[in-house]
Amino acid sequence: MANNRQTQDSLITVKNIHKNYTRGSETIEVLKDVNLNIHKGDFVAFMGPSGSGKTTLLNLLGGLDFPTSGHILIDGRDIAGMSSKKLTAWRAQHVGFIFQLYNLIPVMTAFQNVELPLLLTRLSKKERRRHVETALAIVGLSDRMSHYPRQLSGGQEQRVAIARAIVTDPAFLLCDEPTGDLDRKSANEILDLLTRLVNEHEKTLLMVTHDPLAAKNAGTRFHLEKGVLTANSQGETA
Amino acid sequence: MAIPMIYNVRSIQGRFSSTLVALLSIAGVVAVLVATMAMAKGFKKTLVASGSSQNAIILRGGATSEMESSLELEQIKIIGDDPRVARDASGRPLISAEVVVIASLPLSTTGTDANVQIRGVSQNAFVIRDTVKLLKGRFFTPGLAEIVVGKYAHETYRGFDLNKTIHFGGIDWTIVGIFDAGGSAFDSESWCDANVLNQAYKRPENLFQSMTARLISPESLKSLKDALNTDPRLTISLKSEIDYYADQSVMVSTLINVLGFLVAGAMGIGAIFGALNTMYSAVSTRNREIATLRAIGFHERDVVISFLLESLLIAFLGGLLGSLIILPINGYTASTINWQTFSHMSFAFAITPDILIQGILFSLLLGFFGGLFPAIRAAHTPIAPALRGL
Repeated sequence: MANNRQTQDSLITVKNIHKNYTRGSETIEVLKDVNLNIHKGDFVAFMGPSGSGKTTLLNLLGGLDFPTSGHILIDGRDIAGMSSKKLTAWRAQHVGFIFQLYNLIPVMTAFQNVELPLLLTRLSKKERRRHVETALAIVGLSDRMSHYPRQLSGGQEQRVAIARAIVTDPAFLLCDEPTGDLDRKSANEILDLLTRLVNEHEKTLLMVTHDPLAAKNAGTRFHLEKGVLTANSQGETA
Repeated sequence: MAIPMIYNVRSIQGRFSSTLVALLSIAGVVAVLVATMAMAKGFKKTLVASGSSQNAIILRGGATSEMESSLELEQIKIIGDDPRVARDASGRPLISAEVVVIASLPLSTTGTDANVQIRGVSQNAFVIRDTVKLLKGRFFTPGLAEIVVGKYAHETYRGFDLNKTIHFGGIDWTIVGIFDAGGSAFDSESWCDANVLNQAYKRPENLFQSMTARLISPESLKSLKDALNTDPRLTISLKSEIDYYADQSVMVSTLINVLGFLVAGAMGIGAIFGALNTMYSAVSTRNREIATLRAIGFHERDVVISFLLESLLIAFLGGLLGSLIILPINGYTASTINWQTFSHMSFAFAITPDILIQGILFSLLLGFFGGLFPAIRAAHTPIAPALRGL
C-alpha cells in the first residue's frame, strides 16, 4: 500500500537515514540506511524486537531527534535540516503524539490537557473550547472534561491523550506503543478508535508496537531488525 | 501563549511539603530583612520626629552634634535679637539655650547602668517644642534641682517615677513631671534647668552647647542662616531642626541597614540553595511532563519561563509569609545606643509599605536565582528518553 504509491500523495519520505549514538568511545548504530515512503491516510505499524530502533525512527519522524545522516521529507520539507527552534514550531503544527504511558499532565483536567496544544495557536478562548469539545467528543469523553487523569481509567487516559493529539488537526499522528499499558479490552477500544481516525477522519497514523494483534489493524506493517528496515506486510523490501 | 500558570500553581499544591522548605526559608530571610529595615526606619523616624520645620538648631561653627558644640550667652542673645526669631506674648524671643550631659543610671529591666541623656533647657523649651506635652505632674521650677522625664525614660530607668528622687551630677533631683514627646528621641531624655545642670556639673556659667530657636516661619530659615553666617560676631552653624536630627540618624540607621543586609544576604544564600533544591527536585520529578510539553510544541523559552515563574511564585508566597510573620513588631519599642550622643534611645519599629515592597522584591530575587538554573535544566531535558519516563 505505502510502497505501491511512491510517487503519488507522498506525505513522508525517508532517504538513507542513519542514526548513531556514542557511548564513551563506542558508536552504536541504531538505524542503518532506512528508506521509507508513507502516504496520506496510511495506517502504518512498525514492529520489531526491543532495541531494533522502532522508537528511534518514530522520534526522528516526529522531529524529536535528529538523524546522523540522511533526509526526512515531510510534505516536501526536509525536517532533518531544521534548527531545533524551527522543529519545535513545526511539531506544534504538524504532529500529534500518543505515548504508551499517556503522558497527561496530572495536575490538569482532561479539558486543560487537550487544550494545551491549542495554546500555541492564535485561536480565541471560545474557539479553543469548541475544538477541545469536538476532540473529546470524537474520543467519546465529552462527559469527562473536568476529570483529572487520576480520576480516569487507563483506557480513558489514553483517549484523552488521543484527543490532545488530534485537537490541532495535525498532518499525522505518531503512536508509541499506544496499547502497551492497557488490558486487552481497553487496548481493542483504543485500536478501534485509531482505526476510526484513519478511516473516518482521514488521519495518517504511524504506530510502533510489540503487539501483533495491534499491528493487524494497520494497513502497512514494517519490520525493523537491528536498525534495518527489512520488509513490509506484503513482504516487499522497504 | 505560554504554558498556563495553573500548571505551576497546581504543581506547587501537589508537592506542597517539599515546597514548604523553600517557602519557609525565604519567609525567614524576608522577616529578618523587614525587621532590620523597620528598626533602621524606626530609629530614623524617631530622631526626625524630634525636629520641627519651624525650629532652627544652632551649634558652634564646624560642630556636627551638640556633644561637641559650645555657645556663649552673648552669642545666644545676638541670635535671639534677630527679627526672624519668633516672640512670646510679652515680646521675649522663643529660644532655648541648652546643655546636654550623659548620666549613668540603672535600667529598670536589668539593674545595670545605662547612659541617659539629660538635657538642660530654658523655660521656653515646651513652647518651642509644641509637640512635647506633659503627661503627669508639672514643668520644673527654674533654679531648682527638679527634672521632668520623657515617657520612654520613665519606662526604661529604675526609679524614674513621679515625686521620686534620682541622683546624678553630685546632687539629688526630684522628678516633678513626665512628658510625652510623640515617640521622638526626646521621650528618652530628661529635662531640667540648664543653669542648674551647669552648676551641678561644675561647668562654666553662661556656656551652653546648643540653642533652639522658634522661627516666625519655616521659610525664614534660609535668610536667618545667611544673616548669621555673615555676622562677624558669630561663628555658628545653623540647621533646620528636622535636617539636624535626620543627619544624626544617618550613622546608626546606615549601620543597622548594612548589618541587616549582611545577615539577610547570608541567610539569603542559604534560602537560594533551599529554592534550588526544591526546584531541581521539581524538575527531576516532572521530566516526563516537561518532555511532553516540549514534544507538543512548547519552546525551551516557554519551559524556562514556566519554571522561573513557579520559583518566583514560591518566593513571593515566602516573602508574603515572612512579611506577615514580622508585621506584629510594627510599633514595638526597643532601645539602642545613639552613637552620636552615646546615650540610650528608645524607638518604635516602623514597618512601612516601602519596606514591605523591598522585602517582597528581595524574596523575588531569591526566587529568581533559586529558579533560574533548574528552569534552564528543565528546558534542556532531552525529550526522547524523558517521554518514556527514562
